[in-house]
Amino acid sequence: MPTYTMAQALNRALRDAMEADQKVVVFGEDVGALGGVFRVTDGLAASLGEDRCFDTPLAEAGIVGFAVGMAMRGFRPVVEMQFDAFAYPAFEQVTSHVAKLRNRTAGALSLPLVIRIPYGGGIGAVEHHGDSSEAYYAHTPGLRVVTPGTVADAYSLLRASIECPDPVVFLEPKRRYWARAELELGPGQGEPLGRAAIRRPGRHATVIAYGPMVATAMEAAEAGAEDGWELEVVDLRSLSPLDIETVCASVRRTGRAVVVQEAPTFCGYGAEVAAQVAESCFHYLEAPVARVGGLDIPYPPPALEHHHLPDADRILDAVAGLQWEDAR
Amino acid sequence: MGTVITPAHSSPVTGSQLLPSPTPIRFLDERGNPVDEHQGYQEPDLGLVVEAWRRMVVGRRLDTQCSALTRQGRLAVYPSSRGQEACQVGTVLALGPDDWLFPTYRDTMAILSRGVEAHEALGLLQGTRHCGYDPQKVKVAPQCTPLATHALHAAGLSYACGRLGEPTVALALVGDGATSEGDFHEALNFAAVFRAPTVFLVQNNRYAISVPLARQTAAPTLAHKGIGYGVASEQVDGNDVLAVLAVVQAGVARARAGEGPSLIEAHTYRLEPHTNSDDASRYRDEAEVEAWRQRDPILRLEAWLRRQGALDDTRAKAVAEEAEEAAASLRAALSEPAAPDPLALFDHVYAEPTAPLLRQRAWLEAKMASLSEP
Ligand SMILES: Cc1ncc(C[n+]2csc(CCOP(=O)(O)OP(=O)(O)O)c2C)c(N)n1
Ligand SMILES: [Mg+2]
Repeated sequence: MPTYTMAQALNRALRDAMEADQKVVVFGEDVGALGGVFRVTDGLAASLGEDRCFDTPLAEAGIVGFAVGMAMRGFRPVVEMQFDAFAYPAFEQVTSHVAKLRNRTAGALSLPLVIRIPYGGGIGAVEHHGDSSEAYYAHTPGLRVVTPGTVADAYSLLRASIECPDPVVFLEPKRRYWARAELELGPGQGEPLGRAAIRRPGRHATVIAYGPMVATAMEAAEAGAEDGWELEVVDLRSLSPLDIETVCASVRRTGRAVVVQEAPTFCGYGAEVAAQVAESCFHYLEAPVARVGGLDIPYPPPALEHHHLPDADRILDAVAGLQWEDAR
Repeated sequence: MGTVITPAHSSPVTGSQLLPSPTPIRFLDERGNPVDEHQGYQEPDLGLVVEAWRRMVVGRRLDTQCSALTRQGRLAVYPSSRGQEACQVGTVLALGPDDWLFPTYRDTMAILSRGVEAHEALGLLQGTRHCGYDPQKVKVAPQCTPLATHALHAAGLSYACGRLGEPTVALALVGDGATSEGDFHEALNFAAVFRAPTVFLVQNNRYAISVPLARQTAAPTLAHKGIGYGVASEQVDGNDVLAVLAVVQAGVARARAGEGPSLIEAHTYRLEPHTNSDDASRYRDEAEVEAWRQRDPILRLEAWLRRQGALDDTRAKAVAEEAEEAAASLRAALSEPAAPDPLALFDHVYAEPTAPLLRQRAWLEAKMASLSEP
């Protein structure tokens, strides 16, 4: 079987989508000849044409606003923001237009566009290259927010996002771009958007993660197994909408839950998950839902980022704190 | 104080007065021969030019050293400005000690030339701090990565200085790619409307990472963007330090005299990849790079200085040695793996750490203590 990195799986998804539908166009900063700073668009301009994959002037609001206009006339733009923090100039376009156009026009206009954003830290980069910006988007009604945690999902979720009639903010966990997997990719591997996946079964506690933290949660479950913990890992995959059914079904089985995010903990996406779990599974819970997240500080310089980022130990510490002494 | 200053145009300016010269201002051709293409700009003082040369030679050596330090993992990343020495140094030399510089990630050489110690100037790129120097002390804003956002800060700061009666000018360095960002245009407009003493210097090095200038603009030059905002504009050969000095000095003088902001486009070229992790062979030919090597800002300057009798082998050797010493002390300053204090992460999020931050600090302290137990 062939092996793919996550970046290559995303590249393949773009290529397959562009071949399947002439209306799919890819544009952004450095996506043409360079193939993107992470090479996700590598070779697309050369092999599919410079009208299908092209560089734009350096302006994120411009890129997203231009995509809105193209989508209004039937194109399916897949645009790239180079890094999380460099998507902020486009924030007004995203929140005021991308998220709302369908609603404002009572469904007359739809925006099938995808905004790809490499996000999160852990790659040793300087400031503005490590933000976890998912909560800003997930908080905005009208946007779908999707983030793959595995190489296979990178392919299938991006294909599904491009086919989706709603605008999708597609958050790529940049530190997992180089993760490898052996797999067959291709048409027919579609995965419906909006479903969480159980990555590893376990009966003691549920660890809920997404994007870059899925691998970290798996690592924690692996390490925990050596100490007799059987941790179930849920990969959310879609942040908006949230598949609370899959999450709660797991929590009802295990009775305990830890939500993991890389972003600063305060007002983060994990708070929403924790609240919904408490609301829906209160009588099944043996302990309050725990959150593991980043510190509530601006993203630190790379020499210190490991103090900020949750790791397997932090997840296991949270698991250990789930009031086992009171276990029935 | 307390009253809002209404910007008033003392004399009406006509559009053509705002337009840049049809060809870039220059004093020297690519071989260092004097040319009459400076449109009435004053040739800068020879002593200043010699000083510029010295800083350019030292600056280039430090730039090479920084690139080497990335390979040893001593710097997290380094965006080289090799080939842009005349812009980096000429700009700084045109500023007074109380003027402010607003640099980008590309402009480490300008910051060093401003006199900031190497270990402080490299705090950001070393990956240990977001900004290694005290901006208030050295009058250099933190190196800015979100493109063009700092251009507005330069406009606002220089306007504020005017309101306080201070004769300060702010100069923002901006890349060609960054001129496409909305903030760049808003900065020109704000500076013009408030007649702020700001100089915007665009180092047009022909690329924004891989994207060539033709993808940024359909205008005749980037300097032409000034007229739409009522900003006086000029274009200059950015590899001729005489021209950079003359034109930036004129812009600074204009701003200081209350005549408002200016936009200067300096034509130059980045000889190295975007950063150490870029692969420039994907988007440009070696032949193009070679052609620009022939227009090297240091070689042409040396040729001219020698003909002026202002430079000889002894002096060249002395400055080459000075450059080696500067490189050696830079290596020494960065020889230890950087180990900033993790507990300082909580110090400056707010004026005083909040209660939740103090709890997170205590948590991290306990965790580090438990990890260091035998
Ligand atoms: C708002 C924003 N978008 C994207 C980036 C990513 N980025 C960093 S440098 C760069 C190219 C900038 O080109 P230019 O302005 O010409 O400056 P140069 O690097 O050539 O000095 C890009 C796209 C960024 N830093 N900020
Ligand atoms: Mg440039």
